[in-house]
Amino acid sequence: MSTNVATERIAAPAQTVSARILARLNKTPIHIALGIVAIIWLAPTIGLLVTSFRPRTDIQATGWWETLSTLRFTTTNYEQVLNAQGMGRAFLNSLIISIPSTLLPLLICSLAAYAFSWLRFRFRDTIFLVIVALMMVPIQVAFLPLQQLFRPFQLTQGFVGIWLAHTAFALPFGIFLLRNFFITLPKDLIEAAKIDGSSTLGVFRTIVLPLSVPALAAYGIFQFLWVWNDLLMALIFVGRNENYPMTVQVTTLLGTYGTEWNLLAASAFLLMFVPLAVFFSLQRYFVQGLLAGSVK
Amino acid sequence: MTATPAVIDPPKTGRRPAGMESSSWISVLLFLLPALLLLGIFLVYPVISTLRMSLDRGLGGNFTRFVGLDNYIALLNTPSFVGSIVNNVLWMIFYTSFVILFGLLIAVVAMRVRYESTIKAIVFLPMAIAATALAVIWGFVYSTDPHIGVLNALLGVIHAGPISWLGDAGFVNAALIAVGIWGSTGFATVILSAALKGIPTEILEAARTDGANELQIFVRIIVPMVSLPISVLAVTLIVNVIKLFDIPYVMTQGGPGNASRVIAFEMYKQDFSAGQFGKAAAVAVVMLLLLVPVMVFNIRRFRSSSVV
Repeated sequence: MSTNVATERIAAPAQTVSARILARLNKTPIHIALGIVAIIWLAPTIGLLVTSFRPRTDIQATGWWETLSTLRFTTTNYEQVLNAQGMGRAFLNSLIISIPSTLLPLLICSLAAYAFSWLRFRFRDTIFLVIVALMMVPIQVAFLPLQQLFRPFQLTQGFVGIWLAHTAFALPFGIFLLRNFFITLPKDLIEAAKIDGSSTLGVFRTIVLPLSVPALAAYGIFQFLWVWNDLLMALIFVGRNENYPMTVQVTTLLGTYGTEWNLLAASAFLLMFVPLAVFFSLQRYFVQGLLAGSVK
Repeated sequence: MTATPAVIDPPKTGRRPAGMESSSWISVLLFLLPALLLLGIFLVYPVISTLRMSLDRGLGGNFTRFVGLDNYIALLNTPSFVGSIVNNVLWMIFYTSFVILFGLLIAVVAMRVRYESTIKAIVFLPMAIAATALAVIWGFVYSTDPHIGVLNALLGVIHAGPISWLGDAGFVNAALIAVGIWGSTGFATVILSAALKGIPTEILEAARTDGANELQIFVRIIVPMVSLPISVLAVTLIVNVIKLFDIPYVMTQGGPGNASRVIAFEMYKQDFSAGQFGKAAAVAVVMLLLLVPVMVFNIRRFRSSSVV
C-alpha cells in the first residue's frame, strides 16, 4: 500500500473536517486522471457493445454516443450472424478446437514436468534447457515443414492437425511453468509415498496432481484463452471453411462486410463472450495465468 | 521456487553421489516420451527443416534447388520485407516505451485511491480479448464516417477531418501501434504495480520529509527501484513485437500498399500469397535469429536463478 494511505490513516483522528475536505480536493487531479484512463479503456469496447444491439439503420444515422438515452434495442444482429453468417457453427468450432488443445497440453506437460522435477536421469538438465530455449521459437518457423508433413495425412482437413500443432507449441512453456511449480512441492511427502510403496505413476497421480491444482488451473485457463483467441494457427492449420473458428470467421466478415458494423459488432462480441466470462468469474487464476504466460 | 535445492541440484558430471540413484528408464520414458515426440516432430525437426529450406529456391513447394544465401539477398532487395523490418523497429520503439510508461504511470497513480483494483481490472481487460476482436473494436473507433468513428466525430467538433487513420500511409502505423499499446498497458500495469508494492515505504517517506516533490520521487526513486521488472517487461514486449501478426493482418492486411506490414505478416504473405517458399523460410529464419538473443537471455536468467 502507498505511503499516502498509511499516513492518512494515522493522521485521520487529528484532522478537522476542513482539513479532510482539503485532502479530498488535493486528490481531485488524481481522480480526474484515473477517470480519463477508465474512459479511454472502456469507451471503445462499450461503444461496440452498444452498437451490437442497435438496428442497422440507427447505426448509420447517428453515433452510439449520441443515442445512449434513446437506445432502440434489438437482437437481430446476433440472430443474423449466428445463423446466416455462420458464427454459430464457428462458435462450436472454437470449442472443438480449444478444449482438446487445452486438455492434451495439460496432461503431457504435467507428465514431463514431473519427470524434470522428481525423476533423475542422464542429460535431464540439458534437455530441460533445450526446452526453455524452444519457448522462443516463433510458430512461423514451423509453418512450411508442417504443411508438408500434414499434407499426405490430410491432417488439416479435420481438427487433428490444429490440435497437434497447438499442443506441441504449448509444451515448452507449459513444461517450464509446471516444472517450476512441481519443484516447490514438499520433498518429504513424495519420499514418504515412495517408501510406502507407491509407484512413480502413483506418486504423480495421488500427490503431485492434487497439490498442483492452482497451477494447473492457471495454466489451463491461459492455454484455453490462448487457443480461443488464436488467429494465425487457425489460418494455417484449419483447411476447410466449415471448420473455421470464430477468429477466422470474424476476420472473413471484416473483409466481406467492412462497413456493416451491426454484423461486425455482434460477431466480435460473440468472440469476446467466453474470454470475458472467464475473466469475470475466474479473475484471480486468469491474471496469474496470463502473467506467468508472459514469457511465452 | 527453490525450496528443495538438494533435489533439484544434481551434479553436472553425470556421476550421481550415493543415495541418489537414477529412476528406471521405463518410468522416465513413460513420462517424457509424449512430450519429446511432439517437440521433436513439431518444433525441432521444423526448425532444422526451415533452415535448410531457406537455402533453397523452393518454388511451388519443391525443395530441390540449393541456392545458398540467394533468398536472403533477395529479401534485402524486396521493399515489402525491408519496410516490414522498419515497421517492426517502429513498433519496438513506440509500443514498448509507451506500454511501460503508461503502465508505470497508471500503477503509481492508482496506488493512491481506494478503487485501485477496479482501475487495474479495467485496463487489464483487453488482455482477455482476442486481437481479432481488438481489431474490430478499433476499426470501429477509427471509422472515417463521423457517425460511426468516435475519433472522427471528435475531429468534427473542431471542424477538422475526417482522417482516414487506417487508409493513410502517414497515420496507419501510429494507429495500429496505439491499438497495441491500448491492449498491453494493463499487463504492464499489473506487473509494475506488484513491483511498486515491494518498495519499502520508509524510503518514500524519508524522501518526502527531505522535501522531495512527487516528480523527483518518481524519477529518482520509483523508476530505479523497478528497473529490473521493467527490463524483463521490455524483453517480453519486444518478443510480442517480433511475433506480432493479428493486428495488422485483421485491421489493414498490411496496407495501404505495404505501409503497415510487419515481419510475421511478410512471412505469411511470402508463403501463402506469393508462393515463394524459399523466401518465406528465409523470413522465418530471420524471425528466429531476432529471437536468439532473447533465448540466451532467458537461459542465462534461468541458470543464474540457480534452479538448474
